[in-house]
Amino acid sequence: MSLNLWIIPLLPLAGATINGLFGKRFSNQLVNVIALGSTALAFLYALYVTVRFFGLSADQIPHIEHYFVWVTAGTFMAEFGTYLDQLSLVMLLIVTGVGFVIHIYSVGYMEHEGGYYRFFAYLNLFMFFMLTLVLANNYLMMFVGWEGVGLASYLLIGFWFLKDSAANAGKKAFITNRVGDVGFLIALFLLVKHFGNLQYDNIFKALAAYPVETSIGFITATGLLMMVGASGKSAQIPLYVWLPDAMEGPTPVSALIHAATMVTAGVYMVARSNAIFNRAPIALTVVGVIGTLTAIFAASIGILQTDIKKVLAYSTVSQLGYMFMACGAAAYGAGIFHLMTHAFFKALLFLSAGAVIHGLGGEQDMRHMGGLRKYMPKTFWAMTIGTFTISGFFPLAAFFSKDEILWKEWAGGNHILWLIGVIAAGMTAFYMFRLWFMTFFGEYRGPAPETVSHGHDADPQHAGHTAAVHAQQADAHGSDHGHGLPHESPMIMIAPLFVLAVLSVIGGWIGIPAALGGSDRFDHFLEPVFHFSPVAEAGGESAAVAVEPAEHEDRATEIGFMLISLAAATMGLFGAWFLYYKRTDLPAKMAAAAGGLYRLVRDKYRIDELYGATIIQPIILLSTNVLWKGVDATLIDGTLDEASAGARDLSDRLRHMQSGNIRSYAGWVAFGAGVVIAFMVWKGVR
Amino acid sequence: MVPLSYYLILSAILFACGVAGFLIKRNIITIFMSIELMLNAVNLTFVAFAAELKLLSGHIFVFFVMVVAAAEAAVGLAIIIAVFRTRETLNVDRVNLLKL
Repeated sequence: MSLNLWIIPLLPLAGATINGLFGKRFSNQLVNVIALGSTALAFLYALYVTVRFFGLSADQIPHIEHYFVWVTAGTFMAEFGTYLDQLSLVMLLIVTGVGFVIHIYSVGYMEHEGGYYRFFAYLNLFMFFMLTLVLANNYLMMFVGWEGVGLASYLLIGFWFLKDSAANAGKKAFITNRVGDVGFLIALFLLVKHFGNLQYDNIFKALAAYPVETSIGFITATGLLMMVGASGKSAQIPLYVWLPDAMEGPTPVSALIHAATMVTAGVYMVARSNAIFNRAPIALTVVGVIGTLTAIFAASIGILQTDIKKVLAYSTVSQLGYMFMACGAAAYGAGIFHLMTHAFFKALLFLSAGAVIHGLGGEQDMRHMGGLRKYMPKTFWAMTIGTFTISGFFPLAAFFSKDEILWKEWAGGNHILWLIGVIAAGMTAFYMFRLWFMTFFGEYRGPAPETVSHGHDADPQHAGHTAAVHAQQADAHGSDHGHGLPHESPMIMIAPLFVLAVLSVIGGWIGIPAALGGSDRFDHFLEPVFHFSPVAEAGGESAAVAVEPAEHEDRATEIGFMLISLAAATMGLFGAWFLYYKRTDLPAKMAAAAGGLYRLVRDKYRIDELYGATIIQPIILLSTNVLWKGVDATLIDGTLDEASAGARDLSDRLRHMQSGNIRSYAGWVAFGAGVVIAFMVWKGVR
Repeated sequence: MVPLSYYLILSAILFACGVAGFLIKRNIITIFMSIELMLNAVNLTFVAFAAELKLLSGHIFVFFVMVVAAAEAAVGLAIIIAVFRTRETLNVDRVNLLKL
């Protein structure tokens, strides 16, 4: 039986190809039909696959399809094929579903932009690679998708490539990801060395024979290297620096790639490799610690950001930290659950922010917003739902997913990590409500009408560049839509907000924990994927083993912990309310009082500067002085220059043979013939 | 019966005359004739060896050389006429445009 899963990635690829090659001559409507049509068909087909999936019996899962052998070298073999189990099914639905909704939104958002077809071709290309990543049945194909989404991300971050900051942000994202990819690649080499190939089913089956590694062995090394790759793609410490800069891209891109789907690829990869991580407790601990640190670190930066998209970017980094925190406690199900709800509410938040930016004609600085509740009530409500969801209020989606993570963390015995997680949750609520109050409440602090021209994603820190971009976009924009007061976005942008808002509210209900009278269905649904846990001979150190028996006795405790998280969220809410609504004069005074600490946090702990001084500058110096001036200019160019000069000198001397005198030529011929004859005679005599 | 060495010596003398004429003379026609002389000196060698060794291949080679020489004469004379028409001279020292 075949589900023909190859159709799903190929549909967006077809859309990308058609739009990319011929889109320039198409009308916007035709581009829409192709781009949205291919994504919608992919989504519908994914739904059909879902229905069929539930008809499969347990022994037919994972459903693996082999199409053709791609690479063979000696005993190594990698093929094109798909691997469908509960995990990839969830990812498939998230990617196609959220992707389709964001495609619709983009129609409204990108309406006035140049390169319309290019945008949708890239977006479809991204969908193709993301689906390849998710559906692959071996690590090599996953790596193809992994690199492909990186490419699409690069292209879309630098979509407005005339703006220097956007082009640089694209490069930064791409290069930072390369650092992580080196780790991932080496992990794959290790797998090839030990298992001979990269097929999931082979590796997972072979791993069953391995016990838990208590010291550092090859499984731990593989896990750690995979985490290096994951921290690049999913923006974890120390490679998170690219994600905030990636906000230079159009807002739908931030929502789709840099919040909902691509950045979760690392979490997916860790969950997919649970057979490896379950046997490497050291690697798991590292994953959990990195995730937790990232969660609180990014949340603390988010508190002082003034760019609405930057706040959301740091929030994304922080939420991804939660997912890794869950994976680190071997609670992959909880991680994927949070991945899913995060896809809903973070896409909702980004798209709402996009609607705000759109309605303000490109303003992104929250200090110039305020009071927008009156001007854009629908966006306000969407943002409200998103804010309450991410803060973890009952009964919205993130309440269930985040609390499951925190609970598993506590139950797994990592009490310190749990505490940090709760504090980060409070901070999350604080910065999100700060954003909410600054944007929608109080008085409108924006400039008077007619002084702002219309252009998206203007970054106040780069006023010089944006002025040029503004002028350019104003031309394309025409004068019929000159920017006056903030306005509500068109229906085509509001409808996706509505869909995502509904999902943000009800998305968590499929995973209501047993403690609240639910049945934890999502976790149980995903359980077969994570059955590769090692035999419990390691003495219950692994959290997955420890949680199950304890759960029944600790229902009351679990509810208690939920109340603690709710309290943290409420504290965040009231803190933000007090500082940014009630006493708006206070933050400035507190900032003055905190002095250096305030500036440090506002400057994002100067991590970029630190990397610049310790890594980037030495590399630039080395490249300039040794590689460029030394190796390239002196050695390589020198060798070539000398060789060509020598050849020139030699031929300069030889050219005098060509005198133009026919009889001298004849003489040379005779001389040559004489030499040949002399040689032959000499040979004959000898 | 004339010994083989006589033929070979005659052939060598003819060939040397051809080479000398080729190198010394300035008139293209003369140079051309010198080439023919060299070819025929070679032919003489071929025939002499063929008669001596009672082999047919030497004769065949001679016919080949003759055919090629005839073709070469046709092309060569055509070139000479063309050169004379454009430059109005047959002195090779004045046909020297193909140099640096």
